[in-house]
Amino acid sequence: MAVVELNNVAKRYPGSGSKGAAANAVDDFNLITRDGEFIVLVGPSGCGKSTTMRMIAGLEANTGGEIRINGRDVSQVAARDRDIAMVFQSYALYPHMTVFDNMAFALKLKKYPGEDIQKRVKEAAEVLGITALLDRKPRALSGGQRQRVALGRAIVRSPQVFLMDEPLSNLDAMLRVDMRAEIIKLHRKLKVTTFYVTHDQTEAMTMGERIVVMKDGRIQQIDTPNTLYHCPANLFVAGFIGTPSMNFLKMTLGQHGMMLTGPTARLLASPERQDLSNHRGQTLWAGIRPEHLRPTDADDCAALLTGEVDVVEPLGAVTMVQMTVDGHRITAQLDGDTRVSIGDTLTLTCDSDQLHLFDTETELALPRTHAMSTTTV
Amino acid sequence: MEPKRSIGLAVVGWLVALIMFFPILWMILTAFKTEQTAFSMTPQFIFSPTLDSFRTALDQGAGYWHYALNSAITSVISTLIGLALAIPAAYAMAFFPSKRTDFTLVWMVSTKFIPAVGVLIPIFLVYKSLGLLDTDAGLIMLFAAMNLPIMVWMVYSYFKDIPRDIVEAADIDGAGTLQTMVQVILPLALPGLASTGLLALIFAWNEAFWSLTMVDHNAATLAPFIASFKSAEGLFWAKMSAASVLTVTPIIVLGWFAQRQMVRGLTFGAVK
Amino acid sequence: MNTEATALSDSPDRGRKLHRRHGPPVKRLMAPAVIFLLVWMIVPLAMTIYYAFQNYNLMMPTMRGFAGWENFSILLNDPTFWSALVNTLVLVGACLIVTVGLGLVLALLFNRTFIGRGIARTLAISPFFVMPVVTGLIFKNMLFHPVYGIFSWAMRTLGLEPIDWLAHYPMLSIIMMISWEWTPFALLILLTGLQSLPEDQIEAVRLDGANRWQEFRHIVIPHLGQVLYVVVMLESIFFLTSFAEIYATTSGGPGTATTNLPYYIYLSAFFQYDIGLSSAAAIGAVVLANIFAFFLIRFVAGNLNAGGQR
Repeated sequence: MAVVELNNVAKRYPGSGSKGAAANAVDDFNLITRDGEFIVLVGPSGCGKSTTMRMIAGLEANTGGEIRINGRDVSQVAARDRDIAMVFQSYALYPHMTVFDNMAFALKLKKYPGEDIQKRVKEAAEVLGITALLDRKPRALSGGQRQRVALGRAIVRSPQVFLMDEPLSNLDAMLRVDMRAEIIKLHRKLKVTTFYVTHDQTEAMTMGERIVVMKDGRIQQIDTPNTLYHCPANLFVAGFIGTPSMNFLKMTLGQHGMMLTGPTARLLASPERQDLSNHRGQTLWAGIRPEHLRPTDADDCAALLTGEVDVVEPLGAVTMVQMTVDGHRITAQLDGDTRVSIGDTLTLTCDSDQLHLFDTETELALPRTHAMSTTTV
Repeated sequence: MEPKRSIGLAVVGWLVALIMFFPILWMILTAFKTEQTAFSMTPQFIFSPTLDSFRTALDQGAGYWHYALNSAITSVISTLIGLALAIPAAYAMAFFPSKRTDFTLVWMVSTKFIPAVGVLIPIFLVYKSLGLLDTDAGLIMLFAAMNLPIMVWMVYSYFKDIPRDIVEAADIDGAGTLQTMVQVILPLALPGLASTGLLALIFAWNEAFWSLTMVDHNAATLAPFIASFKSAEGLFWAKMSAASVLTVTPIIVLGWFAQRQMVRGLTFGAVK
Repeated sequence: MNTEATALSDSPDRGRKLHRRHGPPVKRLMAPAVIFLLVWMIVPLAMTIYYAFQNYNLMMPTMRGFAGWENFSILLNDPTFWSALVNTLVLVGACLIVTVGLGLVLALLFNRTFIGRGIARTLAISPFFVMPVVTGLIFKNMLFHPVYGIFSWAMRTLGLEPIDWLAHYPMLSIIMMISWEWTPFALLILLTGLQSLPEDQIEAVRLDGANRWQEFRHIVIPHLGQVLYVVVMLESIFFLTSFAEIYATTSGGPGTATTNLPYYIYLSAFFQYDIGLSSAAAIGAVVLANIFAFFLIRFVAGNLNAGGQR
């Protein structure tokens, strides 16, 4: 168990441009974990999340900043001396060793006594339900079983830190949901500080105590799933977190600092937002989540989006509708019993406190004093 | 598949195989003949086999075993040295590539393009002054240098097939470079390493240029032993064949075992 | 736990250990192989270049000294050198064509299923493992012999005049022997290449209505491209330095009909003891090999890059 501290951590590849390596894979990464925290690093591919994890592991050197585990700067310490365990995307089991030997390998290298190794491996195997597989070789296992062995190899060492690099991405969808729950359970039981890398925001939201959203090597926001959802720090986070993605419209804020207008669309900002007075007359990005849109009949609302329906996807519980408003693609998640067909003209509305606003220049969220927001660490 | 075509194919396939194999077969048959039946205007396919020629072949020159021992020593030890040099280099290049890796590997392979004659004279003169002429040690070093580029190349391509994750997992599990190499990588690449070693062994065993120029009697291998039959016009075909059989059989059998694996390494990853 | 950790933190020697800590000692792993090749190949090569500009004959030890381009001018005026160069090129060219062509045909044959294919294939590749000196002696005596050889017997049986192969067609004989040894190599590698051809590619092209020839021309040959390159490269290396087959059979004759560059250098070094001249000729052989290498090594480099991007 440990507190992991990353201060201004950076990774620069020399000879930028050649061989497709980005010049700055990671830049200015700052994070201090709590002891036993489950941190998820999420972002699109190439955002630097895996590189960050590999730097924590010691598989790659950080070219700037420092990485501390329990206060000790490990930047110059070899991976094997950092007392961390890692679960690889490919599992990276040793193909020539049995499951038992795979799990015992690290302990044998540390010269643990034989009975101790036996005991620890058996315990770990029981926790993961792979006791029956201990004599098999990895090639004789299914994907899910290999995944468990990879987890077992990590937990048997009781390391300071767990690192998991997209561990579920090679499993089929059903198994992935099961293993997700199992990893969370395991974490509750072991309470080891864990870094979990994924590109899947659903995985991030369901597993992370705190989530680090990254893009182009930089941290976009570090927050709890709830805060990320309700108070995204910028346009990227807003679009990345939540499925389906948030809808965005370019609109102009009126002279009273409340009414947003596009060529046809109208939206109303919350009257409690005093801060908007500074942005009067400006063009802003307005963001609304699909699940916050609902159909409306008439002109009686202040917030109105009207367009022709392009796509209707009835999913049973909900019906997804896509339409075009002022040249922007709008997705709405409506009740399952909503009757709409392609070609219909549909008018949607939303509550003013569900509206997100972003500066078009900086793409940052306009700061809002809102009941839901919590301060970031 | 239609049986007719299949039979036709089998006939052609076997015919080709027998034509290719015929010189070896003929050599083996001749080895079991007397000199009289061997040296005949009409080839004798049916005869009563005798081991006489093997007996005389074994006593030829300093005796077969003198040469066979030198061949075994030089090819085995040069192969081991080659592996000992190639494995660490290939390991570093395959799992920890840098910008210079490509250059180094290409450079190593390109040294194979330096023909033996290009270095013959200096090596001969240096060997002469160091007293390495006609020694097993001298030949061993030359064989190792001759095979090293191809060995690095082959081992590298076998290592490339091992996912890098495995090496990283071993690193995180606490294994040092040597432990990773010995306990993780070598067992995984064992079939490949074995066939690399076998190919090197075959090349060293069959090598003639250095064996004929750097060696007189002490370190004489089977190549000069066989070459000594060169001047024997006609009269000793059975004995020559017997000596040849004793020379090539072990290597042909080794080659049969190694053929599949060998190819994969030699194609440099062009064949998966 | 914490106290120990804090004690270890902030080591003062960060920069120095950076490379060693994050990975194995790459340089020390590579050094033995690199140094070995430097000592046994590159240093002697440099010495060969030095000798090539020296008057140096072991029979005339007093006449040593800088020779300038003299050795090269003697060499270039020696018709035997030029014929050796031509012989080398003919040998390499002919053997490449025969082994690759025949190897491809045999590979296609052995890629089909028939009874006992495994054994037949194993028999067919056996010549590759035969010691070249043995090949030379067996062919010279028991196959090529104008009176007692199998070939002569076969000719007589067919009612033809037997041929004295080594006397009348010496180069062809050498090419036959080397091709016999190396066709199995081409066969083995090309066969593996064929077997790695994905089944779905063949099926796709058949669904597109391609006939056998189009299938071969547009799918099989491009697929074999890389493998063919490897075959040509490795064979060139060995064909350029052919020695044992010539040594055991013709000794470079009749006259200089089968004297290739290696054999020419061997003769001038060990029979004329002319270190300077043979070194100059050796440089010629190295240059020739490098012309081949220049084109072939590019493939290796290209292949590396392709592999790196995987």
